[in-house]
Amino acid sequence: MPKLYDLAHCRAGDKGNTSTLSLIAYRPEDYSLLAERVTVAAVAEHLRGIVQGDIRRYELPQLAALQFVCEHSLNGGVTTSLALDAHGKSLSFALLELEI
Amino acid sequence: MRENVRLGGGAGFAGDRLDAPVHLAEYGDLDYLVLECLAERTIALAQLRRRRDPAGGYDTRLTARIETLLPILKSRGIKLISNCGAANPLAAADAIVAIARRLRIPVKVAAVTGDDVLAALDLDQPTMECGNPISTYAPIISANAYLGAEALLPALASGADIVVTGRVADPSLFLAPLMHEYGWAPDDVDRLARGTAVGHLLECAGQLCGGYFADPGRKEILDMAHLGFPFADVDADGNAILGKVAGTGGRITRATATEQLLYEVTDPCGYLTPDVTADFSAVTLTETAQDRVEVTGARGRARPAALKVSVGYLAGFVGEGEIGYAGTNVMARAQLAAQILRERLAERFSELRIDLVGSTSLHGRAFDSNERPYEIRLRVAARAKTPEEAAIVGDEVEALYTNGPAGGGGTRKYVTEQIGIVSTLLDRARVSTKVTEREWGAHAEVV
Repeated sequence: MPKLYDLAHCRAGDKGNTSTLSLIAYRPEDYSLLAERVTVAAVAEHLRGIVQGDIRRYELPQLAALQFVCEHSLNGGVTTSLALDAHGKSLSFALLELEI
Repeated sequence: MRENVRLGGGAGFAGDRLDAPVHLAEYGDLDYLVLECLAERTIALAQLRRRRDPAGGYDTRLTARIETLLPILKSRGIKLISNCGAANPLAAADAIVAIARRLRIPVKVAAVTGDDVLAALDLDQPTMECGNPISTYAPIISANAYLGAEALLPALASGADIVVTGRVADPSLFLAPLMHEYGWAPDDVDRLARGTAVGHLLECAGQLCGGYFADPGRKEILDMAHLGFPFADVDADGNAILGKVAGTGGRITRATATEQLLYEVTDPCGYLTPDVTADFSAVTLTETAQDRVEVTGARGRARPAALKVSVGYLAGFVGEGEIGYAGTNVMARAQLAAQILRERLAERFSELRIDLVGSTSLHGRAFDSNERPYEIRLRVAARAKTPEEAAIVGDEVEALYTNGPAGGGGTRKYVTEQIGIVSTLLDRARVSTKVTEREWGAHAEVV
């Protein structure tokens, strides 16, 4: 089963307790497949236990990218989390494990 | 009016490399070099240093940065803009002048102040994170408003060689010289949005050039040990070409620029800065040559009415301990160690976290592999009110040497003071900024 990793690259960012996951198609022609398959519901299911809040998805066809904004995902926030990766910087590669 | 302004991104955070901006200044043909040195927590930590030393509280690496850069900046006629003033821009300006005097290089420094709003902070105001009043987080140690580009304009107009600030929104550090050079009005929202996009692309320096992008075999980036830092050639309408100095490591491509454009953006259609509400959804990134990407198409709407304020507070201490296991049955021995520690620590610490590094410490589970790891590092963390209490965590991990499972080795223990950050909003009218000039050598006989 192909993974998102095969079609797209991703970078995670943080703002307080919110994680941003930028999912970018390597080939612009794959954007529509990402838009169809990588829904908010699919991401919520895949990242259950990590994302504790709402997920918003922004569609950016011009950039062949989807932007996921995941609330309550960083154990209370970068500055006071007990987690090793308090910024959630490695979450980009958790998303790329999604099978599509 | 000039047709092009070249801005360089010389630091993505306080701890960033010191060699890359020197190379960029030397060979980049820059008009302005911008050093972004303030993460969310940096200024609160700097405020604590300022309390201990009234002449401190600026970037601890300011001297190292300025000593090497100043001769190049002056000989090339490059202006420097940096938020390395942190909690004390005036002291930073004095420190820069002292370096200039020592190097016998005439310099004019302008310090921008007014971001420190601790005295004006209303503790009954709700935080943006959870709506609780700020007073819930006492003791508060710092409150800094994110200033916009406008606060820097008088400093640039003064003809200063170096502008130092405290908290300024990162893209505003780059937008300010564009507004200054091109005379963009504060309500020229589309140009401000394009300048903001450029600033956002440059503010993390190496991250635009393949830094934090590389994935061997999938996203190849060459010569990362000598990663070059980026510049942008920006025209009078805010359209820009991104680039880096030939011969440096890294790459600038549509892909690296897309990752950076969207980095930490919580609304790509409404990216808020003190200067503008920027819409990046129609941005076009086009590769025009090797390591050259054209950026166009950002649009703007009116800036937000209030300024964001970052509030720092003392959040107690965290104690941590680590120990490693390896070989056959590694997981069972690591889990036994975890169980022992949980039994011994759970009653004493309400917030306790145990991680198996090598297996589940980053994502809580392994997404793809049933392979047994050869080694596991157990890591325990707990929050405490005092450093003495926090130290118990590491001590208990160390005690596994003689009281835990077989084969544990390589213990480490740490106690760290925690500074928390929450955000709130403040009416612009309650923030007034000021520019103070410091100078050396204007009339001195320079040898």
